Amino acid sequence: MKIHEYQAKFLLSQHGVSVPRGRVAETKEQVFEIASELGGSVVIKAQIHAGGRGKGGGIQLSRSPEEAMEIANSMLGMNLITHQTGPEGQIVKRVLVEEGLPIEQEFYLSIVIDRNSAQVVVIASKEGGVEIEKLAQERPELILKEYIEPSLGFCPFQARKLAFALGLPTELVDQATRFFTSLYKAFESTDASLIEINPLLLNDDNQFYALDAKVTFDDNALYRHPEIKKLRDTDEEEPLEIEASKYKLNYIKLDGNVGCMVNGAGLAMATMDIIKLTGGSPANFLDVGGGATAEQVKNAFSIILADSNVKAVLINIFGGIMRCDIVAKGVVEAAKSMRLQIPIVIRLEGTNVEQGKQILKSSGMSLTVGNGMKDAAEKVVRLASEQ
Amino acid sequence: MSILVDQNTRLIVQGITGREGSFHTLQSMAYGTAVVAGVTPGKGGSTHEGIPVFNSMWEACRETGGNASVIFVPPKVGADAIMEAVDAKVELVVCITEGIPTLDMIKVRHFMSSHNSRLVGPNCPGVISPGKCKIGIMPGSIHQAGSVGVISRSGTLTYEAVQQLSSRGIGQSTCIGIGGDPIIGTSFVDLLKLFNKDQDTSAVVLIGEIGGTAEEEAAYFVEASMNKPVIGFIAGQTAPPGRRMGHAGAIISGGEGTAEQKIRIMQKHGLHVAGSPADIGETVALTLAS
Repeated sequence: MKIHEYQAKFLLSQHGVSVPRGRVAETKEQVFEIASELGGSVVIKAQIHAGGRGKGGGIQLSRSPEEAMEIANSMLGMNLITHQTGPEGQIVKRVLVEEGLPIEQEFYLSIVIDRNSAQVVVIASKEGGVEIEKLAQERPELILKEYIEPSLGFCPFQARKLAFALGLPTELVDQATRFFTSLYKAFESTDASLIEINPLLLNDDNQFYALDAKVTFDDNALYRHPEIKKLRDTDEEEPLEIEASKYKLNYIKLDGNVGCMVNGAGLAMATMDIIKLTGGSPANFLDVGGGATAEQVKNAFSIILADSNVKAVLINIFGGIMRCDIVAKGVVEAAKSMRLQIPIVIRLEGTNVEQGKQILKSSGMSLTVGNGMKDAAEKVVRLASEQ
Repeated sequence: MSILVDQNTRLIVQGITGREGSFHTLQSMAYGTAVVAGVTPGKGGSTHEGIPVFNSMWEACRETGGNASVIFVPPKVGADAIMEAVDAKVELVVCITEGIPTLDMIKVRHFMSSHNSRLVGPNCPGVISPGKCKIGIMPGSIHQAGSVGVISRSGTLTYEAVQQLSSRGIGQSTCIGIGGDPIIGTSFVDLLKLFNKDQDTSAVVLIGEIGGTAEEEAAYFVEASMNKPVIGFIAGQTAPPGRRMGHAGAIISGGEGTAEQKIRIMQKHGLHVAGSPADIGETVALTLAS
């Protein structure tokens, strides 16, 4: 789960990480008030989940409360387009107003999970403010990594090692290690999967600040953090995906015209792939799960068909635990009760497949049966293009 | 022969009295797996579906000589169940449970580094050596005994591949779903090593997906050490970056983990890659024939 920068900064400050003074605002009047309170120049930052805000005009500097209000007036409600939002952009509903800090030096700092070693890794670089993936490719020697021993946690020597390797003068090392350690504690105690501070700022008073903060949490661990769960902003999510999550359906909207209903994440991805390979374009990823019932099939249909781009639907079920006759019944029931107008291609395989096919055949509905993934994909892509 | 499980496997089911545990215990027994015990804390001394139930793994192992366990417990207690099995010194722990927090799995992996058990999963369909032993939730009927090993991060996509093999008369030595989570017990490379040494495995099918670098590591191993052909497939060629595609591990982030890169590296390092999920069986047949 992702959260906004202002939420991340509040959370981090609760764990002792220093962040610039500032508050979130939803109206230009609030912006004026906060800017007046802070005094001097302020930074106004659009609060959307996507990165790359600066280039799209989502981060602006202002020298007075009046100017801040003017900027807020154009920023609030704007459709911000960045390389991460996609061409449709994201509406800005809130801005973070922060004190402008004089920059002495910028660093990069993040904490992530390394799959191979099964360890948490603290990453730092003296090249702050740049794209870390690009840096990793071009100048890997500038990236420092400390792997955390699970039984020990982040050790003081590791924090010192990073601070000295970043080239910090001795008098700043203590302060830096406190910052790193607080950040690690925040990571561990919130079950984060990523914390990225880019840039980590050193101002001319020799103080460190998290100038930007990106925090992502492990969805599997949210059950033990009800306070974090509340930070979810559904405005940032596709409405159909929110609807699908209520039914415990795993759905991701894409921009094609072939709807997909599949059991299992791997098979669902492979089904999208074969539609593309056949010359079509998938409208969604949808995993109905292992034990989907007639009710679930119906829910899945209602989600897929709510997308008006969908011209045909491919159902690809490999029955293991899920029996094909149950799936077939569900499809027929759903198709009848929903009076489906668009072509459906269904491919069943696995447990009780013959009974399943029989149910489809004797239903009297115009369902197209696919024999194997390739045949099913070819049929559905053709039907979608004929619509 | 086969790897990990065979006719000598004596299985203990953790969470045997739950709905899933109960159902799949019966399925495994019907397939011929020797289920020797179940564990549900507090229900020790009873029997479930004719199987003796114990309060702890330690007790179950001592009383029945079980050497493998399968886990069907809720995700909150998943990590603890794995460590209990490892502590009881079973050789193989197969964790079906989906949704175990990542930081819990980091602790599990650390705990396991000082023990000798092998963990498959979590969030996986399990392990089957056709005709000998089935541990997990895969449909036994689609499998056929033979000499092709199958390893995969997915569930139903593995069944798809197995079905394509069986329908061409190509049997399997052992099929393993390694799980869809970022942190898992057994990697592709671990299993390639075992298959490489297994005399009755003549080729291996590796089904990967987007996210992480497990497929790349496997490709490097294949080139350096594998003396048997490996056929690969990657799911998620059309997946958008930054989105978790069902599995917690299936996410393209920071330019890492794309299908395109995985396929390129697999091809470069000697794997026979099937371009379409419908061509997995055919690619294996062609590779075996050449």
